[in-house]
Amino acid sequence: MDGEDDAPKSLMEEMYANGIEGVDDAPSSSTSTTIRKNRPIISGEQLDIEAYAALYSGRTKIMRLIFLADHCDNSGMQLEALRMAYDELKKGENTQLFREVVQKIDGRLGPNYSMDATWCAMVDRKADQRKDKLESELNAYRTNLIKESIRMGYNDFGDFYYAHGALGDAFKSYVRTRDYCTTSKHIIQMCLSAILVSIEMGQFAHVTSYVSKAEQTPEALDPPTIAKLRCAAGLAHLEAKKYKLAARKFLEVGPELGNSYSEVIAPQDNKVIDNINFRNFLELVPEVRELINDFYSSHYASCLEYLGNLKSNLMLDIHIHDHVETLYDQIRSKALIQYTHPFVSVDMRMMADAFKTSVAGLEKELESLITDNQIQARIDSHNKILYARHADQRNATFQRVLQTGNEFDWDVRAMLLRANLLKHEYNLRASRKI
Amino acid sequence: MNSVEGLLTQIRGLSSTASDVLSLQNVLKQADESLHAESTRLLPFLDQLDPSKHSLGYLYFLEACTAGPVTTESASSFVLIIARFISSCVAEQIRLAPDKFISVCKRFKDQVLSLEEPLRGVAPMLTAVRKLQSSTEHLTTLHPEFLLLCLLAKCYKTGLSILEEDIFEVDQPRDLYLYCYYGGMICIGQKCFRKALELLHNVVTAPMSTINAIAVEAYKKYILVSLIHHGQLSTSLPKYASGVAQRNLKSLCLSYMELANSYNNGKIADLETYVQANMEKFGSDNNLGLVKQVVSSIYKRNIQRLTQTYLTLSLQDIANTVQLNSPKEAEMHVLQMIQDGEIYATINQKDGMVRFLEDPELYKTCEMIEHIDLSILRLMTLSKKLTAMDELISCDPLYLGKAGRERQRFDFDDFDSVPQRFNI
Repeated sequence: MDGEDDAPKSLMEEMYANGIEGVDDAPSSSTSTTIRKNRPIISGEQLDIEAYAALYSGRTKIMRLIFLADHCDNSGMQLEALRMAYDELKKGENTQLFREVVQKIDGRLGPNYSMDATWCAMVDRKADQRKDKLESELNAYRTNLIKESIRMGYNDFGDFYYAHGALGDAFKSYVRTRDYCTTSKHIIQMCLSAILVSIEMGQFAHVTSYVSKAEQTPEALDPPTIAKLRCAAGLAHLEAKKYKLAARKFLEVGPELGNSYSEVIAPQDNKVIDNINFRNFLELVPEVRELINDFYSSHYASCLEYLGNLKSNLMLDIHIHDHVETLYDQIRSKALIQYTHPFVSVDMRMMADAFKTSVAGLEKELESLITDNQIQARIDSHNKILYARHADQRNATFQRVLQTGNEFDWDVRAMLLRANLLKHEYNLRASRKI
Repeated sequence: MNSVEGLLTQIRGLSSTASDVLSLQNVLKQADESLHAESTRLLPFLDQLDPSKHSLGYLYFLEACTAGPVTTESASSFVLIIARFISSCVAEQIRLAPDKFISVCKRFKDQVLSLEEPLRGVAPMLTAVRKLQSSTEHLTTLHPEFLLLCLLAKCYKTGLSILEEDIFEVDQPRDLYLYCYYGGMICIGQKCFRKALELLHNVVTAPMSTINAIAVEAYKKYILVSLIHHGQLSTSLPKYASGVAQRNLKSLCLSYMELANSYNNGKIADLETYVQANMEKFGSDNNLGLVKQVVSSIYKRNIQRLTQTYLTLSLQDIANTVQLNSPKEAEMHVLQMIQDGEIYATINQKDGMVRFLEDPELYKTCEMIEHIDLSILRLMTLSKKLTAMDELISCDPLYLGKAGRERQRFDFDDFDSVPQRFNI
């Protein structure tokens, strides 16, 4: 049953390569994996596409390259990305994506990269043939009612669809293997495949459900699998904007984390910095470490500067892209709140310097924070000072008491009135019946 | 004629003691029809009766007189007669024939209105209400009539005095709706928005089996007053509101709900355009004045929010934040609010700055203590009332019958809240 084991393994390695898990010492047995380095590329302006793409392999690589092309302003980089995507696609079998990329290239790269229709047709024909073969195999297995082979058949189908970019069908096939899973290993494998496809499809609800399913299997899971599951869960939560949960999940993965993930953690949990595991990781990512240290020690200006630099890189990452803005805002407000917390009064001019904004802009930001009740303070606009304000407990209590009394009064009176009306109506009805 | 004469003697004879009066009542009931038959000729006979001593008889005669259509000339004389009667009649005798009294008063009100002098009717009606009530917690059918006269005569203060009393007993639900609706309008006129809100809330949440126009109109006003007073509108009616109301009220007051929505968004320009667009709709409901107040209240709401975030603020900034046109306008608004006691602030004209102060109430004075004390006593009486009513209902056979039918049959372990014999 060796052939069986190989197929699932390569799938898992795909997941590896998709940036969910990067291990420094990747198992040498995996032949198709590209080792993902932990040295992130933070150069600020120019992104080295080749190096970036080298980090990933498989489908994600293509997706990321396309994403890069879409979001890059620099047309040189755009073309570069598209060219690499083209090459990558030619190696694979996904004709639909191929057509998309060709459209995007739009003949800008020269005659070599135009629509290769014959290649497409050939790939399509091969695909159909394989599909028929798989179908017939599957039918044969079904008549034989051998669970294991049926499962393998569906799995193959899933792989096939995945390679061709028909993600929905791939997902369905993987899910169907569920009925035929006999050991927990199979269940885990099924879950992992389902997770992979769901992530690609962007359906993160499925991801969460499959992650929890995988976690529930009774057999002990080995660390890489657990890590992968955690990462997947983290991604799902990221999409659902539950940043805090996402941060926690990522934290649990352990020291092997991608660059972007640390960004998620930074705004949410200052305690993270005390986490030893995280510290180990930080050694590997110098810039991010600088950033977090600054945050911690209240050097907000430099901290925000680093953030600004990282921003352009982060924009190009598929998963983080949508959330960059929100995360940045949150980081900024957290910094502001932390700054004002220990003081009774703060000179806004000094604060504006520390945060590198103008006094007016700072005032606006503070105003919104105060209205959201995140800072307990009031602004003296004339002298430009922020005064901390502590609610007078005694007054507040009195006010609440009087208010509660009034409400009780009103409620009870209204209730008695209504009860009287109901009784009257009931009596009326009763008397009419009689 | 003879029967009438005979009736008169009987009235005169039997009006002295309570038992006599009861027998008189029977006599009068039987004679009622004949009286009505001769309604046009009864007027001179009234002079032979003394309203203070022969109230019941007088009442019957009077009712028969006013039953038919009344011309405008005789209207004023009738008004005088009825007014005098109301002021001098004896309450106990009246209460024996409440419907007659009510119909007399209603005719009185109609005549006063036809003469277009509602003010003349206010005082007599007040006396009438007082005499008909069995206690101050009792709502009679005359209450809404009285309030209507107050509204039309624009003497709101008298109306307010009646509204101060709590109502717990009601004869007819329709009376309550009208009473609360008119009462709400009077309070709005006097700018007691809190009480108006209370009254309108009572109408909207009163138990009703079908939706009626009073509730719809009340709900419209309720939305507007809620916006003025609280700055927001709770979008769903409380659970105890009748199902009919919950389902239908909102759909019948759509433009008002829209108004509330745009108010919540806080953009003054949008609110004003919306009001302009629907001006006639609001006008046809006679709510134009209220709507204008809603618009002006949004400025106040915004300024009040500023007091929470700022300690001092320039007038220019206030004008910008609240979307006013100039610092002068801002100053006027702030000044008005300080005078009305809605915010605590001082204006520094030299710098053009407003300094917001805390509520100076320290809750240390004797008046405050007294106020709290009174509130506590009041609430204790209310609680006692509530428990009394609860006990009363639990002894009521109808309730027990219904509860007995609906309780679980097979839970023997449960504490038996209803005695066995009610298990139908």
